[in-house]
Amino acid sequence: MSWVQVIFVLLALVAVGSALLVVTTRNMVHAALWLVVTLGAIAGVYLVLAAEFLAWVQVLIYVGAVVVLLLFALMLTKAPTGPQPDLDVARTVPAAVVAVLVGALLVATVVAGFSDVALDLEGTVVGSAQSTGATVFEKWVLPFEVLSVLLLAALIGAIVLSRGDEMVESAETTETARRGGR
Amino acid sequence: MGDSLPLWWPLVLACVLFAIGVYGVLVRRNAVLVLMGVELMLNAVNINLVAFDAYFRDVVHGGQTLALFVIVIAAAEIGLALAIVLRVFRTHGHIEVDALRELADRDEPPADAGADRLDDRAEADQPQEAR
Repeated sequence: MSWVQVIFVLLALVAVGSALLVVTTRNMVHAALWLVVTLGAIAGVYLVLAAEFLAWVQVLIYVGAVVVLLLFALMLTKAPTGPQPDLDVARTVPAAVVAVLVGALLVATVVAGFSDVALDLEGTVVGSAQSTGATVFEKWVLPFEVLSVLLLAALIGAIVLSRGDEMVESAETTETARRGGR
Repeated sequence: MGDSLPLWWPLVLACVLFAIGVYGVLVRRNAVLVLMGVELMLNAVNINLVAFDAYFRDVVHGGQTLALFVIVIAAAEIGLALAIVLRVFRTHGHIEVDALRELADRDEPPADAGADRLDDRAEADQPQEAR
């Protein structure tokens, strides 16, 4: 095995093992922290596959923002920090059967289709910030702009959803306070 | 031996992570943990995109750009989904996805509000309306 293969296998083992811990651990905060390990290992896989910029975006957005958001959600929903016995539904076995069937079907498909294809990383153009930026702003400008509108709409929706009542109430209280002050 | 690895290795990694994400979505009761399973599935798809980008030697890096867009959409999704989760927590007091029956936002409490909670005592006290 070459060094690239060894590194890839190690990263894949870390990703799969910590992903299994994410879905099986009894402690909700530990699940979020194991998700950090999984996403970090996937960032390493991106580096092996010559996607440098994407790896750093993965670290920044997933490890930095999404997991922190998940931890905040756990905190705001008053999630207990200790181990919980009832985190899973009662029918664990059918869910495991469905997941194993999905995995077996997908693995069989890709192995049947690509078992004799080698991924040569020798002369690959590394996806740096320069090349990714040039691609996004030359070839993918319209999807990029649509995506920015989508992100804006989603975040406005999140703000409205998460503080709908309070906005009305605070507007009323400021109104009464202003009237009372006069 | 050059720096090469079989193409099916990253693809199998992606499939295994996707299956683990499916298991997490199906088996977890807490809505935030379900969202973690969704994140695993989205990441599995991104590994596929990056692997095929490297395989096809795409000069415009279509696969990596698409993976970048998927990351942005996942960020939008997680923000919106967590806002919905917080809203559900505020109205119901819990976010157990298998115990949520009444999802409508009403001014007066519905007649069978006890169905949302796990005990059916309120249902036994007052007679049901004709259905």
